[in-house]
Amino acid sequence: MKKIILLFTILAFTFSSLQSQNADLGQIHGNFQMDAQLYNNDSLIGANVPSEKMGLNSYANFNYTRGKFNAGIRYEGYFPALNGFDAKNNGVGIPYKYASYTSEDLTVTVGNFYEQFGNGLVLRVYEDKALDYDYALEGVKLNYKPYKGVYIKAVYGKQRYYWNTGTGLVRGIDGEFAINDIIEKLADKKTKLTLGGSFVSKYQADKDPIYKLPENVGASAARINLYRGKFSLTGEYAYKINDPSGVNDKIYKPGEALIVNATYSQKGLGIYASAKRVDNMSFQSDRNADGKDLNINSLPDITKTHSYALLAMYPYAIQPNGEIGFQAEVIYKIKKKSLLGGKYGTTIDVNYSRVHNIQETQINDTIAIGESGSLGYNSNFFEFSKEVFFSDLNIEISRKFNKKVKATVVYQNLVFNNSVFNNGNYHKTIYSDVAIADITYKFTSRKALRTEMQWLRTNQDKGEWGMLMLEYSMPHWFFSVWDMYNYGNPEENKQVHYYYGAVGYINKANRIQIGYGRQREGVICAGGVCRYVPASNGLSVSITSSF
Amino acid sequence: MKKILIVATIFFNINLLFAQSSIPSVDVKDINGNIFNTSQISNDGKPIIIDFWSTSCKPCIKELIAIDENYEDWKEETGVKVYAVSIDNTRSVNRVAPLVNGKGWEFEILLDVNSDFKRAMNVVNIPHRFLLDGNGKVVWQHTSYAEGDEEELYELVKKLAAGESLEEKH
Repeated sequence: MKKIILLFTILAFTFSSLQSQNADLGQIHGNFQMDAQLYNNDSLIGANVPSEKMGLNSYANFNYTRGKFNAGIRYEGYFPALNGFDAKNNGVGIPYKYASYTSEDLTVTVGNFYEQFGNGLVLRVYEDKALDYDYALEGVKLNYKPYKGVYIKAVYGKQRYYWNTGTGLVRGIDGEFAINDIIEKLADKKTKLTLGGSFVSKYQADKDPIYKLPENVGASAARINLYRGKFSLTGEYAYKINDPSGVNDKIYKPGEALIVNATYSQKGLGIYASAKRVDNMSFQSDRNADGKDLNINSLPDITKTHSYALLAMYPYAIQPNGEIGFQAEVIYKIKKKSLLGGKYGTTIDVNYSRVHNIQETQINDTIAIGESGSLGYNSNFFEFSKEVFFSDLNIEISRKFNKKVKATVVYQNLVFNNSVFNNGNYHKTIYSDVAIADITYKFTSRKALRTEMQWLRTNQDKGEWGMLMLEYSMPHWFFSVWDMYNYGNPEENKQVHYYYGAVGYINKANRIQIGYGRQREGVICAGGVCRYVPASNGLSVSITSSF
Repeated sequence: MKKILIVATIFFNINLLFAQSSIPSVDVKDINGNIFNTSQISNDGKPIIIDFWSTSCKPCIKELIAIDENYEDWKEETGVKVYAVSIDNTRSVNRVAPLVNGKGWEFEILLDVNSDFKRAMNVVNIPHRFLLDGNGKVVWQHTSYAEGDEEELYELVKKLAAGESLEEKH
């Protein structure tokens, strides 16, 4: 015991003397996240109890920084994974560790890392724990700035596959050139131009008994970003050589993707338009992997991600095998102290998106569209198929009436192709209308009650829904209760109340939330990537903390 | 007693290691698509707020609206500067500029499209705000937003601007 005290005292004095000499000992920071749920049986909503009776996901990051040196690890533990997360997650370990340093213009990272080239059409390795995605590469990454305005990135490695790495090897290089920085004469020009290009190649041995498959598959992309005052225009085109895989049913057609965005904005007005086309552009480091695993790239989403529960009832999911669509949005703020704007101004946000299948015709009379081992199909680049995947018109108006009351109202009209997004279980299109009122009343400056009223009307699927939510917040605490009621379900015994209550406590960077109730079966999505969540009933606890 | 001594010495050490928290150096982009290194975040010795948000996060937007309503006064009184770091990924990042301008926000907007800065700052959920003192050191952080939280934030900003310490008295 005395030795320990002595040791710590010596350490303390050493550190304090180093500190007094202004020695940099570096910093350690990190975070912790835990989500646990205790399950009840609830046959009415189809909620089942796993044999462990509960699920628990936990993560902790520790990052050390000293000057230009960084290192870190992430612990992950699933005991077992929550319902709706892949059971291949079950287990505990340190799947993410890295070290990096910067020397002059070069940064070297070894271990596990994330990276994105341009818009991500050919490479975007990322993680999203809520969606159960982690595409981290394990290997080497170089970031190099050889010249003002020139940024080079290179990556080499294998992708994470749960507790292992995938079989395929990923190699990529990307260059970005800020033209106004490179050419001094253009430095002060109002028009700013950035060009970029990337090349990514994956290698996987061909062990297919039937087909001769390409072992090295290359994909390249070129992009442009143009800004001039209130205008911006950005775009990227990507091309991939033939890459027969499980996702595209082993067709030999090359893949391509195009995304174009234009914006105009000034104070009080924002306009945004985008268009995209995706054709056979799934890009995975293992051609036999599930669609959600081992993705190297990330395809663009051009629909708005909604956070209100009933707006997110029928969420859009990206179709890597082919889709074409556009989106437009106008955000306008009616001036303060005007007749329509009121004392504080009123914001109107109108958003419309529409996605179709790409047009496909047979290559010849004997080969069916998408037949394995063939070139698949022919497709006119700019032609929309008559098959609508998704269309969403939504209008959101927000206004603060006075110091105590503010409100948001939303209307949505949706067309949702259930045969595409639900794997053809129910072959019909869903048409729905949603109306929402979200009203906040402040009792005092820091005590407020928020009420959400939501209503969904449809003649298809599960019929009409209504929802009421009340949320009271005060310093450190919040309390919320809601009921989502499927009163219009055509099957009367399934006209279920999904009630839920939650209490949260927040202190600085620590947050704990305890909830109890029913959660409906559904799909949670962010940016067009989705995860299925089974129905559940029970007690859940979430803790997050950062330091 | 011995235990107390041990605990005390351990805490002493940890405090030394944790004492200084400057901003990690990560490449993000500004709203015009230029690469911006986060080590450039600065405000002439005055306080800085770094707020992580995204276009699809309702409470984040509420918080930024609430800060925006007071921002002119805050700047005048304390010189504080707000960096609003969008973690919108490549799929929604193009909505940031129209939204920011549509709402008339005048914050410094940074785009962290692959969440590199978010990871480096150990943010779990958004909104998550950091308060930096005039030397660019993180002195306070807070996750999530409830009505009126901006008032607490501004009380702290005023303390920093007046050169006071944020340490709570026990």
